Amino acid sequence: MTEELYKQMAQSIIDGDSDISVELAKKSIELNMHPLDTITKGFVVGVNYIGDQFGLGEAFLPELVMAGEAMKAAVAVLEPELLKLGEAREIMGRVVLATVEGDIHEIGKTLVGTMLSASGFEVTDLGVDQPAENIIKKALEIDAQIIGMSALLTTTMVRQREVIEELDKEGLRPRIKVMVGGAPITKDWAEKIKADGTSEDAVGAVQLAKRLVGKE
Amino acid sequence: MQPKLLLLDNEMIARILDEAYQLLLKPGIKVNNEEARDLLASAGAQVDLETNVVKIPQQIVHKALESTPREFHLYDYEGNPKVKYGGDAVHFDPGSSGIAMLNPETLEHDTTETPHLIKLIKVAEQLSQYDAQSTAVVCHDVPQTIQDSYRLYLALLYSKKPIVTGAFTNKTVTEMIDMLAILAGGQDAAREKPRAIFDVCPAPPLIWSNFASGNLIALARAGIPAEIVSVPLSGAAAPVTMLGTVTQHTAECLAGITIHQLAKAGSPVVWGGAACIFDMKKGATPMGAVETAMLDCSYAQVAKSLNMPTHTYLGATDSKLVDAQSGLESGISAMIGALSGINMISGSGMLDFLSCHSAEKLVIDAEGISMAKRMLEGVQLRTETLATEFYDKNINFKGGDFLKQRVTMNLFRKEQHLPSDVIDRASMRDWKKAGSLDTFERAKVMVKDLLASYTKPVLDEAKEKALHAFMLDLAKKAGVDTLPVIEVTASSVGV
Repeated sequence: MTEELYKQMAQSIIDGDSDISVELAKKSIELNMHPLDTITKGFVVGVNYIGDQFGLGEAFLPELVMAGEAMKAAVAVLEPELLKLGEAREIMGRVVLATVEGDIHEIGKTLVGTMLSASGFEVTDLGVDQPAENIIKKALEIDAQIIGMSALLTTTMVRQREVIEELDKEGLRPRIKVMVGGAPITKDWAEKIKADGTSEDAVGAVQLAKRLVGKE
Repeated sequence: MQPKLLLLDNEMIARILDEAYQLLLKPGIKVNNEEARDLLASAGAQVDLETNVVKIPQQIVHKALESTPREFHLYDYEGNPKVKYGGDAVHFDPGSSGIAMLNPETLEHDTTETPHLIKLIKVAEQLSQYDAQSTAVVCHDVPQTIQDSYRLYLALLYSKKPIVTGAFTNKTVTEMIDMLAILAGGQDAAREKPRAIFDVCPAPPLIWSNFASGNLIALARAGIPAEIVSVPLSGAAAPVTMLGTVTQHTAECLAGITIHQLAKAGSPVVWGGAACIFDMKKGATPMGAVETAMLDCSYAQVAKSLNMPTHTYLGATDSKLVDAQSGLESGISAMIGALSGINMISGSGMLDFLSCHSAEKLVIDAEGISMAKRMLEGVQLRTETLATEFYDKNINFKGGDFLKQRVTMNLFRKEQHLPSDVIDRASMRDWKKAGSLDTFERAKVMVKDLLASYTKPVLDEAKEKALHAFMLDLAKKAGVDTLPVIEVTASSVGV
């Protein structure tokens, strides 16, 4: 019975169906299932599957995003239960995401946010056109372990370096790790500006973030 | 609304038909087959016994056009209709009758033998863009007298799809019809659900040869579909003008249909061709020329005005390699063929004036076909409102908003063709990581994958055995005791 329910939960994520994932989350509460088990043995299995499929070229962006959304919706139902039990879902880490100042392209960054949330990170997405001071202020406020920055333009990618230099000046690294991304961003660039890593897609970004918080 | 390319207005089509009818009377059609001349004569045509030129009056042709089926289907190995001839249906099949195949490693044009044809069939079998197989290349490792029937034999063994084929003699067309009957379970069954269609070519200008007329008659009587492949060459074997060429093409088709319907009224026949311009510098027949595609689009319009099913030869290139010229000529001409609403477009995979085949090109051309087919689907209304319903309460004025909509997940596959890995849309980094492969190299990888994933169709054991015995018998009559493939038991044939 429980095993069957776990399977349905995973499937609801694979189908990207928030209605069903929420319904199953509620049902698990009625059945007194432990919310942490529900997440890790049920829903997360689906997220991992769709991530793998995306990596193989078998799943596409809309499916990836819908899976992330279905995951978020299910977790939102289960989180109050976790609090009641005096436990919180183990947070993988706290992340501040932003598209750098002067740049308004954020589809990739938003995808990364969705996938990070679905994978157990607590994500604060500041949106687009964010100056260095805003990003750092928010990171300190929520005690973030990671700052993730995107840039689509070669003219704005230099702003990523500014944020990193500012963090160094304030002595905030290595406490806060920095990941960078965006179409023009290469490994070489990430190394040059002394970022802690980069990834070409949202699935890779989750792996990178896990590595940066030592929870690979 | 299926997008359409039209090059002629109705008035011009009427003029073409009018002059084509005039050509049928003056100079008339040279018919080098006695039975065909007799059929035409008994219907009221005037035959010159010395020159074999027949003057065919319009009313005989009209009667033939009336009895010609407006549409019919070709069927797969299980008897399911897969190809529709008629209306604006569009299908593609690989080019036919090549004599060489591009060796992807040496880039030489190798003389084709059994393994080459089997490889091409296996690759085309798994590409859904090809609705039919063709008997793509001639196998030079069997005696010449059985090369046509042997090609069909291999296609029947290795494919589930309908087959576009052709016979090289009057004797073999009968044998090939018998082969179809063996698998169908009798002549009637083969006629009821035809698996194959046979190309029959008049000779330009205005000649129906002994062999071509004979094949038309044999096919009509067997009720197996015939595809007239008229091949006028603008400026050499046809008038230099496009309108002149299309008019000659019309006359050749009308004469063929008349012979065909006089042999057996109601048998299926297709208005087809491989019209081409004549290259005045090289004396070549450029299949990739835009004028070639324009001729085909034009004659298809003439055919459609008569409600005839249509065929043409496009999607090929004159380049010797699978290169940029190959891509642009094949892609552009496939698109023109599709927009012309031509029922069967043959030619994909072919290089060098239809003489050389390439499995890698088949894989690349399949993507061109997908683009053409996507174009044919047109711009469709898929939601109640065009846009307003997309902007609901969840819109955050962010670029990724629409990725989160269920409707996106439900509709993106319909709105967008998802290309195979032969089309590169990777980031520069990913492309480099994958080995910096160009289109041809990517196609080579895909061909290897397709060959590895191929499975042979499971045929009725008794029928397969009978087909095998029939082919072996033909081989023996041709003076050889064994065939390249028949040496092992038919069910375990592999390459």
